[in-house]
Amino acid sequence: MLKNRIIPCLDVKNGRVVKGINFVDLKDAGDPVEQAKIYSDGGADEICFLDITASNENRDTIYEVVEKTSKKCFVPLTVGGGVRSIDDINKLLNCGADKVSINTAAVQNSKVVLESSKKFGSQCIVVAIDAKKNGKNWEVFTHGGRNSTGIDALEYANKMEECGAGELLVTSMDRDGTQIGYDIELMSKISSKINIPVIASGGVGNLDHLVEGIKLGKASAVLAASIFHYGNHSIKEAKEYLDSKGIPVRI
Amino acid sequence: MNVTIVDYKSGNISSVINSFKEVAQNKVKIEVTSDLNKIKLSDKVVLPGQGSFKSCTDALSSIDGLVETLNDFAIKDKKPLLGICVGLQMFADIGYEETETKGLGWISGKVTKIDNQNGKYKLPHIGWNQINIVKDSKIFKDIDNNSHMYFVHSYEFIPNDKNVISAITSYSSTHVCAVEKENIFGTQFHPEKSDKIGLKIIENFLNL
Repeated sequence: MLKNRIIPCLDVKNGRVVKGINFVDLKDAGDPVEQAKIYSDGGADEICFLDITASNENRDTIYEVVEKTSKKCFVPLTVGGGVRSIDDINKLLNCGADKVSINTAAVQNSKVVLESSKKFGSQCIVVAIDAKKNGKNWEVFTHGGRNSTGIDALEYANKMEECGAGELLVTSMDRDGTQIGYDIELMSKISSKINIPVIASGGVGNLDHLVEGIKLGKASAVLAASIFHYGNHSIKEAKEYLDSKGIPVRI
Repeated sequence: MNVTIVDYKSGNISSVINSFKEVAQNKVKIEVTSDLNKIKLSDKVVLPGQGSFKSCTDALSSIDGLVETLNDFAIKDKKPLLGICVGLQMFADIGYEETETKGLGWISGKVTKIDNQNGKYKLPHIGWNQINIVKDSKIFKDIDNNSHMYFVHSYEFIPNDKNVISAITSYSSTHVCAVEKENIFGTQFHPEKSDKIGLKIIENFLNL
């Protein structure tokens, strides 16, 4: 039986781990390579690095982090943040990333998704969608949540599947950093509409939120940062909790 | 011992390289190349594969003499070869991803899209799934039955001769996830991404 995945996410800036509250107010806390190794040894099903301020700054540090991590961690490694072109994707994959997540560039030019999934295979192309509730619908935001686009998140999710995305990483901008739980309605609507796996992100504050993301949000995988990062819970605890709630996990 | 990971410019093989080097340390020499002579002279070959069946077979054929060299290695000389993911799928006679494409024809059978039962199951089949080991295979030495392995694929290999199947996994139906035919080994899952248990499979292959 296929297991639901738990994916700890490390926000990385200038080669160091930080954690954003609503994408601002950053705190420095640790070496990403060491953190990733702790997570993979603890049973993380995948590791995710998000180079958060990459759109504006020098990106070379992330390549070094990816290269070092991929020599120590033998679970899938997803890297996102500031990925704009086929060249960027190629470079990250060559450094040892297994999947690359594309956010702003996919909104601006869906051909990046179309062409990269053809060139590298859908298995390594994750489209990250930052969505914010707007009336009854959700709107796609870009540039780390700074720019509105007027694009409907559900329609966009559908389009990205058609373009060849292998997975969608859906983040609720309303919930990110709040620790009050995923936007379940958003996750379940997108997951029900498309046939590729959805990774739920944004808002996890306790282990019940992970359970809700899978049971109610219909996500294939749940991503969280701060509850793992600040040591509130280990990956092992999270898995045992999900298991106790009847969710299939790899233990 | 020399082990060659065939670099035929298709897909991302850095994780395969990293994992084999991690297991090999200084005991086994890991070469990453498409140089025909080096492949001929190596003791074992790893054939990775990412992307589509067609893109991988096209990439193999685009390197002059590579298919013939691999044929000699695996079929004539009967030296150990491990195919991973699309690397395994290419053992088949034929694949149907994108368009009908001829495979290497080493293990008779076809590669078709996984039946997702009208959208009931998401594709690709991504994540950790358990393998059911159905026959003694040297690469599964000391691997517990029902171990978790990391999968990511939308197509599956259906061999004609069921005796080649060494492990199966269960998703939308039962899928072949490992084969062994004499000196030819293949895994649909990614041992290089399956944590310590995956590295053990790589170790078993290196120890053959």
